[in-house]
Amino acid sequence: MAKEHVDMNVPVIEMRNIVKKFGNFTANDGINLTVHKGEIHAILGENGAGKSTLMNQLYGLLKPTSGDIIVKGQKIDMDTPRDAIAAGIGMVHQHFMLVQPFTVTENIVLGTEPTKGISLDMETAKKNVVEISERYGLSIDPDAKIEDISVGMQQRVEILKALYRGAEILILDEPTSSLTPQEIVELIQIMHNLTADGKSIILITHKLKEIKESADFCTIIRMGKYIDTVDVSNVTEDDLASMMVGRKVSFSVDKPEQKPGKVILDIKDLHGIDYRGVEILKGLDLQVHAGEIVGIAGIDGNGQTEMVEIVTGLRKGTKGEVLVNGVDVFNKPPHFGFEHGVSSIPADRQKHGLVLDFSVEDNLILQNFNSEDYSSNGLLNREHISKHAADSVEKYDIRPAGCSALPAGSLSGGNQQKVIIAREVQNDKDLLIAVNPTRGLDVGAIEYVHKYIVDQRNKGKAVLLVSFELDEILGLSDIINVIFDGKIVKAIPGKEADENTLGLLMAGGKA
Amino acid sequence: MKKNKTIWEALLQSRFTDIFISIVLGFIVGAVFLVIMNIPIGKAYGKLFSSITSLKGFSYVVVYAVPYIVVGLSVAFSFRTGVFNIGAEGQFVVGSMAAACTGILLPNIPKPVLIPLCFLAAMAAGAVWGIIVGILKTKRGINEVLSMIMFNWVAFYLSNFIAGRPGIKNDGSAEATKNISENARTLLSADFIKEHGLCNTANWGILVAIAMMVIVWFVIEKTTLGYQLKAVGFNKYAAEYAGINVNGNILTALAISGALSGLGGALQLMGMGGRISIFSSQEGFGFAGIVVALIGCSNPFGVLIAGLFYGALTYGGSKLNLVGTPTQLISVIIGTIVFFISISVIFSTLRNPVNRKNASNLRTPTSQTRKE
Amino acid sequence: MTNFINEFGIILYATLIYTPPLLYAALGSCFSEVSGVVNIGIEGMMTAGAFTGTCVAYFTGSPLIGFICAGLAGMLFGALHALATVKLGADQTIAGTAINMLGPGIVIMIARVLFDSTDTIPLTPDQKIPTLFKGVFDTTTVFGRFMDNVFATYASTYLVFIAVIIVWFLFYKTKFGLRLRACGEHPLACETLGVNVISMRFLCVCISGFLSGLGGACVTMATSNQFRPISIVGQGFIAIAAVIFGKFRPQGALVGCLLFGLCSGLKVILGGSSGINMHLISMIPYIVTIIVLVLFVGKSHVPAANGKPYIKSK
Repeated sequence: MAKEHVDMNVPVIEMRNIVKKFGNFTANDGINLTVHKGEIHAILGENGAGKSTLMNQLYGLLKPTSGDIIVKGQKIDMDTPRDAIAAGIGMVHQHFMLVQPFTVTENIVLGTEPTKGISLDMETAKKNVVEISERYGLSIDPDAKIEDISVGMQQRVEILKALYRGAEILILDEPTSSLTPQEIVELIQIMHNLTADGKSIILITHKLKEIKESADFCTIIRMGKYIDTVDVSNVTEDDLASMMVGRKVSFSVDKPEQKPGKVILDIKDLHGIDYRGVEILKGLDLQVHAGEIVGIAGIDGNGQTEMVEIVTGLRKGTKGEVLVNGVDVFNKPPHFGFEHGVSSIPADRQKHGLVLDFSVEDNLILQNFNSEDYSSNGLLNREHISKHAADSVEKYDIRPAGCSALPAGSLSGGNQQKVIIAREVQNDKDLLIAVNPTRGLDVGAIEYVHKYIVDQRNKGKAVLLVSFELDEILGLSDIINVIFDGKIVKAIPGKEADENTLGLLMAGGKA
Repeated sequence: MKKNKTIWEALLQSRFTDIFISIVLGFIVGAVFLVIMNIPIGKAYGKLFSSITSLKGFSYVVVYAVPYIVVGLSVAFSFRTGVFNIGAEGQFVVGSMAAACTGILLPNIPKPVLIPLCFLAAMAAGAVWGIIVGILKTKRGINEVLSMIMFNWVAFYLSNFIAGRPGIKNDGSAEATKNISENARTLLSADFIKEHGLCNTANWGILVAIAMMVIVWFVIEKTTLGYQLKAVGFNKYAAEYAGINVNGNILTALAISGALSGLGGALQLMGMGGRISIFSSQEGFGFAGIVVALIGCSNPFGVLIAGLFYGALTYGGSKLNLVGTPTQLISVIIGTIVFFISISVIFSTLRNPVNRKNASNLRTPTSQTRKE
Repeated sequence: MTNFINEFGIILYATLIYTPPLLYAALGSCFSEVSGVVNIGIEGMMTAGAFTGTCVAYFTGSPLIGFICAGLAGMLFGALHALATVKLGADQTIAGTAINMLGPGIVIMIARVLFDSTDTIPLTPDQKIPTLFKGVFDTTTVFGRFMDNVFATYASTYLVFIAVIIVWFLFYKTKFGLRLRACGEHPLACETLGVNVISMRFLCVCISGFLSGLGGACVTMATSNQFRPISIVGQGFIAIAAVIFGKFRPQGALVGCLLFGLCSGLKVILGGSSGINMHLISMIPYIVTIIVLVLFVGKSHVPAANGKPYIKSK
């Protein structure tokens, strides 16, 4: 690697004593960051620790309340992303900033479009894009629309956007959150290629393993405060974890041995099409027994979303059977499945899980408002509803305390998820489907969610867990089913599974 | 935030204050225009508000306000259930015509039967007008704003067509329907009007309006129906996920909203005009209803007050010509009020910067539902 | 056959009378909606343009200056709408409703003051927008009459069809258009690439006001020869409908407006000859629009960020 040729004394980025306040809330409280040319510098912190806020200031999206930003020895006022781009900074956001109906090329050149006279010069644009993608080994299809390409390719488009603008310093915000293990390996390779070429990378993440595998240095932030900057080769993952959380954390989930009971969910030969009308489920078979957690591992787009939508009644399948406790819920409305034992924690809690404008107490009865407990003769029984809500808020530790009357939208992501958990656990159905139940949550909330999922299993419920976090699948599942191309390709007992085998299977390989 | 808020502080932070500031600003802008036009402010505003100083004037205000209140409730109901009922105009017109036909073709039915019959006919017609739009939306995915605009005009020409049919059309030369049966009128008795010095179209429509206000409030806040309608309106995906029938509820919301607008048409006809003219352009009750719902914050009681306010301005505005002031001053004042209401987020933010999130609750469904 | 050509010519003539005001306003609406701002204030902006154009032409005697001032007046109300929605994060529907009251309110009030309590402003023929190719065709022949009906029409009509081509080019072939469309789909993505969303949207809403103003002027300075308070009733909303119909694309809006104009043209023919009730015939454009939607168009792709205020947090 070219590292030894780099003059380590001239930092490319220096952020000094950065403070950022939103009203009374201090998101960043005196943070320092120094990045040198050619290094990969990780920023580690829990969700909500202030990592993204810090980076948004470096990229000109937010203005620091106080503190200095120095790029290559020059103090710069980052008023807009234009200033950051001009200073050679590029950012790949966690939620991709891509215009869905536009092509890859259009997305990359947006804002710095080549022109011929008064009109756009898409020929040149495409040529430039292809050239730069080949130079850095980032393969893309320049004419494809964003809405038609994979998440991995979308990410390469994001990186190309920065490189196209001549970025010397790349900020990658949680870049691996939706990638497969193989794609993560590729990404790390790309990162090394880039640093070898003299670029510097700032990697925002909460995944310790990735830091160990890729980063040179790591700056740790906790609750908006600067904790330390360490040389990654001198610390262990456990060291990093305790610095991030401020206490010892256990990542393993304890669950007692237990024998699975009868079959609760039985999916036979399920066929279905996706929103484009393409067949995406091609004869899927799956069983979940009482008292076990069945994890579904797979790359997004292999049919797991559609499978869950069919089981919960949101989507019609083309063929097959979905038996819940022996009752066929295939192509029945959502309420039918609910009545026959299906409850679920949806992937998108703000879209499917909650009515954000409703109060917490109204959200807690979303499926049950018609039941005798909460209404009679078409009139809501407010007293019972409030009582139920107050109990749930306390029992499930939904914060702020006593929030039953607040709109669900005003709660933090973790507490919104607690509302859903409280509701679904109390629905007490035989089958619980959880889709990416911890996405975007901090460590504390993740532990909480896992505890309740395992509790359901221990109580003898069947749990179907669909997650893109392999660690989560590995940590919780009794059985792991790998989904590929619309079918379950292999079922492995949770204890025998390892990441590499799963990764290969998920990518369609044989193991 | 401080725990013990004084009443004054609480008031200062409420929506009421935003509306109040907007109204004051509306009159200030109106005054600026008066100065530009070289009309004494006192004279114009004096005339504008002279209405409410006498019982007779006030009775006019109430009579004017009744259709505004009921159509305002219709639009407010639609806002609360996630639809933007820009079709209130058409529902008003078909409702009015349905009531007129009932009142003209069944003249000999006794009052206690005929009046409810007229109401029902109007509500049914308005509901049908709403449901057609709902079916186009739910079955064919057709943008409701677009189809409502179309159906407003269809209603308008349909009304003109019916008004010209034999049996409905006035026997004389007037381009209008016959007068509806006396049994279908909601007027107060002539003696009562005389005795109290009320206006000659004084009617008990306001009682219906108040009853509707209570019903709308009750349905929205207290019933499982209202709960479902709101859930679908705020987030139809979550509602569907929770097993609520989304399309059914959209149709119900449009039917109820349509029925209210239709009823507004009936109340206006039976209380004031007594017949329907062949118009050359839309009368704009639906549009007024949207404004009233906005000023009233889509809150049923707020709509009642806003409707009376709107009634007072329209009635007072009709007198402005007497003092050499263009009637359009009213549009300017109300337009300014609505404009400031639209940006009233700013007032709250100025008072309390942390409150920004809460302040944004004044949103029409357009910002939510148009993203399909 | 002769008869058919005659009638066809008259239908096209009427179509070309009804279409331009809608088309100007619809193009305006495209700018606003595609950049992400719902603009139901088109109607108010049209009225402002209709009055200002007529008024300026009346006093200056120049239809050209009048026409341009009509656009500027519409733009003024566009700027007001942009101030509320783009700069101050107002609810776009509420602000648009306010514009619809303020526009007509203010201009009619001014009309009353300027013209001594009457609100009708008449124009003499040379104050109107000029007709092109007048007398070029030999109207004694069938063909000549047809050509005269179709091509001897107002300059503003020619201009609007040129404008469609320009707007289409601007939207899909220039960097301005790429950025404009991106602002309506993903404003934050634009911001991260250094495209100023706020300025972009502000400009687009102003342009939408300008074009709506021109549309209003078409009604009072070309189609008819006077301004009256009810000159613009509903055309603004029809224009919005045409844009939704055309799936938020200028070429689609053109189809929507032509369909509407054509139905209005048919209305004229049928009204004259068929003996069907005039009011029923008047419904045709609205019902045909719905039927075409149901049968051929269906759901439209709304720009993803349409209607959502974009608020920068700093």
